[in-house]
Amino acid sequence: MDLVIFVEQQAFMGKSKAPQIPDFRLSPRIDQVGVGDRISRITTRSIKSSSKLQGLKMILNMIDLTTLEGADTQGKVSQLCNKAKFLHGSNPDLPTVAAVCVYPNFVSQAKKALLGTNINVASVATAFPAGQSSLDVKISDTKLAVDNGADEVDMVISRGRFHQGEYNYVFDEIAAVKEACGSARLKVILETGELGALDKVRRASDIAIYAGADFIKTSTGKISPAATLPVTCVMLEAIRDYFYESGTMIGMKPAGGISNSKLALQYLMLVKETLGDAWLSNQWFRYGASSLANDVLMQIEKQRTGNYQSKDYFSKD
Amino acid sequence: MDRVEITKTYKIYIGGAFPRTESGRYYTPKRGEKALGNICLSSRKDVRNAVVAARGVHNKWAGKSAANRSQILYRIAEMLEGRKQQFIEELILQGSTKSQAVKEVIASVDRLIYYAGWCDKFAQVFSSVNPVASAHFNFTAPEPMGVVSIVCKEESGLLGIVSAIAPVLAGGNTCVLLASEQRPLCAITFAEVLNSSDVPGGVVNILTGKRTELIEHMASHMDVNGFLYCGTDKKDINTVQQLAVENLKRVTIRAFEGLMNDDHNTPYYIDDFIEMKTTWHPIEKIGATGSAY
Amino acid sequence: MGKSPTLEFDSKWDLSPAPESTGHINLKDQYDLFIGGKWVKPSSKKYFDTINPATEKVIAKVAEANEKDVNRAVQSARKAYNEVWSKLSAGERGKYIYRIARLIQERAREFSVIETMDGGKVIRESRDVDVPLAAAHFFYYAGWADKLKYAFPNRNPQPLGVAGQIIPWNFPLLMAAWKIAPALATGNTVVIKSAETTPLTLYKLAEVIESAGLPPGVVNIVSGAGETGAAIVNHRDVNKIAFTGSTGVGKIIQRAVVGTNKKTTLELGGKAANIVFEDAPLDQAVEGIINGIYFNQGHVCCAGSRLFIQESVKDIVLRKLQDRMESLIVGDPMDKNTDIGAINSKEQLGIIKKYIEVGKKEGATMYQNTCDLPKKGYWCRPTLFTNVSQSSRIVQEEIFGPVLAVQTFRTIDEVISKANNSPYGLSAGVWTDKGSKIFNLTSQMKAGIVWANSYNKFDPTSPFGGYKESGFGREGGLHGLKPYLNL
Repeated sequence: MDLVIFVEQQAFMGKSKAPQIPDFRLSPRIDQVGVGDRISRITTRSIKSSSKLQGLKMILNMIDLTTLEGADTQGKVSQLCNKAKFLHGSNPDLPTVAAVCVYPNFVSQAKKALLGTNINVASVATAFPAGQSSLDVKISDTKLAVDNGADEVDMVISRGRFHQGEYNYVFDEIAAVKEACGSARLKVILETGELGALDKVRRASDIAIYAGADFIKTSTGKISPAATLPVTCVMLEAIRDYFYESGTMIGMKPAGGISNSKLALQYLMLVKETLGDAWLSNQWFRYGASSLANDVLMQIEKQRTGNYQSKDYFSKD
Repeated sequence: MDRVEITKTYKIYIGGAFPRTESGRYYTPKRGEKALGNICLSSRKDVRNAVVAARGVHNKWAGKSAANRSQILYRIAEMLEGRKQQFIEELILQGSTKSQAVKEVIASVDRLIYYAGWCDKFAQVFSSVNPVASAHFNFTAPEPMGVVSIVCKEESGLLGIVSAIAPVLAGGNTCVLLASEQRPLCAITFAEVLNSSDVPGGVVNILTGKRTELIEHMASHMDVNGFLYCGTDKKDINTVQQLAVENLKRVTIRAFEGLMNDDHNTPYYIDDFIEMKTTWHPIEKIGATGSAY
Repeated sequence: MGKSPTLEFDSKWDLSPAPESTGHINLKDQYDLFIGGKWVKPSSKKYFDTINPATEKVIAKVAEANEKDVNRAVQSARKAYNEVWSKLSAGERGKYIYRIARLIQERAREFSVIETMDGGKVIRESRDVDVPLAAAHFFYYAGWADKLKYAFPNRNPQPLGVAGQIIPWNFPLLMAAWKIAPALATGNTVVIKSAETTPLTLYKLAEVIESAGLPPGVVNIVSGAGETGAAIVNHRDVNKIAFTGSTGVGKIIQRAVVGTNKKTTLELGGKAANIVFEDAPLDQAVEGIINGIYFNQGHVCCAGSRLFIQESVKDIVLRKLQDRMESLIVGDPMDKNTDIGAINSKEQLGIIKKYIEVGKKEGATMYQNTCDLPKKGYWCRPTLFTNVSQSSRIVQEEIFGPVLAVQTFRTIDEVISKANNSPYGLSAGVWTDKGSKIFNLTSQMKAGIVWANSYNKFDPTSPFGGYKESGFGREGGLHGLKPYLNL
């Protein structure tokens, strides 16, 4: 290859080339009180009238409608898919949700139910939610999901290994799962409620991003606290630093605990002010939630009709 | 008296050395007919050199542990005790009666001991931990003010000096001191005590000379942070207060009446020459009862 | 270096206007002086306009007090001191102050809106900072009234008498609280003058004082410019002067009291260093930098106007800073989403603009955020300068506006010496994750307030005041009592 062209190509590639893997022990430290100060600036934003309606519609379009229960059945999954397709019959202008999120054994059913829509099917994998299994099991779990047609895979990291300081193990595992995903997009769940400090959230974010995550995600929904604004802020900052470094965008998915529109709008504001406009789409931002959609629908109806709404008018699935 | 007496040359004390005044001028205070000695008429440049010396050693003095400063003040008292006789003689020479002189020297030693004890305690009395409403640890603690100009009580030869400098030193400051114009002997002898007491050179600088010539230079110097004027002369006080405004020196005026009284044993004298610093730091609340992140 | 990837903060999702409602406030067209518990016409017969700097519209006319008016105010303060206030038990005194605190809380919305109208500060700050802190200040000092002996061991503290107080335009109500609350708690009576451009909340406070039933003359409120202030400072029956404002005026005041027995407290200018080390939590440091310099349009004496970034993280910190600046909203201060409001006055805007020109002339590189500004009113975009040095005027002089001067440093020693290389000594900020380094830096800063891993935090329990030419005396906390007492 001609040297000049090579150099130019490198410079061009530089925008999306993965940067050198850092020493994760040196991940930036986070001051929790300072994060709180930042969040208080977000939560005092007043989002009204047309900006509220616009925000609510974006939120609706960013939801991963989720059911992840031991008691999930074909009936339950079928209802969920219907809800995803027909959010609220009386208002046809609404966007759809981004995806439904189910266990791997329901992927093919969901895929069929959503055929012909642009709603993705996401599947949790890798011995969700605890992630306490061997790499082999996790890989085959991932393959099960992907082979059944999952567009997206939500994996969990090995928190135990992480706490043991085995960052390379956690990294390699994510990289291996990423490989197993093929063309499916990988969301890496950090389960921040088990990490114990924002410094660790930042470190786990860095590991996941550098190991190949397409999204980083806060929680399984099985542990409290699940998603919070401070945790999301720290993860968005990790995404921003990686973008500064590499030009590559990584997605973000807070999951669990976001059940009302006001809070969801605050998350959206946090994304806007941290990462800017490019992230305000369901390609880069998702909410993992089961009951949020209805609250957003109620708020949209309130904006449309001027009346406060009753839950009786919105389908519970 | 067969022997020809050796008379003492009284020099000034700057940066731990005993130079003659840069001006080369002298004056001869008298007690009745008797000349007390040739005393340096310090100049503006001597003031400047003294301030430079005081500033130069300030971080070292302020940076010593409070316990160490306490021991050094105690050491000054020990050295003074050991040279009591010389001070008594000088005080008598300057007009005190024998019993007055003895009392004054003893009181001076005791006052040093008193303030030596405060060095590592006053911060505990004057500090506070402030229970702010936000998630911060917040405390206020004293720090030394810096370089302090001191004009000593004219009517007092030794106790006036000790009462002025002990609290200033205890607070971690360095100083430039102008001795009593008519009673300067003990000041220079006290410099010798300081010089043999582990007090780093420059912490105390002692000048002699004419008050009218030197006060304005001491009050206008832009690298002096505080001013202690001991006395009641209205004109002097006005001059000091006016000139101090230029860089907002903190001025304290003390009449220093009844210097032998215990009223002059007080940590509030230290308080006059400290600055209060308030420090904030966040407190991470993760793990605290009922908190999440 | 190739072109680096950039974040866009333009317009995909704009915020709709969210104006705070102003219907509930109660403002008169004209305000008289509040002396001896009565609303008194000025003997000068003069009134001046106070305008809304965001709209340039006149809000109200305000009485201008002359020497004669000030004399009346001092006389009524003296009378109240002699006949009522000094005879009242300390506990009862405290209860009056508690009442004031409560009434401010009750009328918080009205105070916030008027503060924003009169001074141009954003409603978010007057609502969340100025007004609640003012109420908290009264609440805190109320409790001290009958506990003063515990603050000063081995002493029997006594009030000074009549306190003359002069406050600035950057935090009108809050500064009034900082002045009045400790003065009353320690048993003094008060004559206080508002700043020329922001008199209104002080007169609203007069209404609160009226409804609190405070004995007439205990607090007297006047307004006017420098001459009114001079009349207070020079009045022979005033025992104490408390001033917050510029170092220049502070020195004039200090000269004026020479030869008198008046005690002074001076809270003056600043040019604070805000120091960011490479091991700092950088994203929070950036938020602290923003809060340090752009809070209240930079009209803050303790503003972190000199930023020192360790050279190894200069690029990333500047980049984060600029991206954060882009997300700031400049404009109508009454909108709940506005981050940076109006510059307080035309005059102050002129001063800030002059310094921006000086900065450019000195060869510094300027960066401003790119938002639109309203047509009417006084505005200045958040601004930062790089390529400056210690000798630059924008590094040495207090600008009192949203202008940040950025320098880099290599070592701890270097930054300590540069940070202290100023005649001011009000505040400083230090950002590092290393505890021992924090304590090294906080103890080395020649400044009265040091914020470590934080900036521009205030609390009634926390003493505030400067070293060197930033003034003397402390306000707030236990240490804020002493300037109003004879020990």
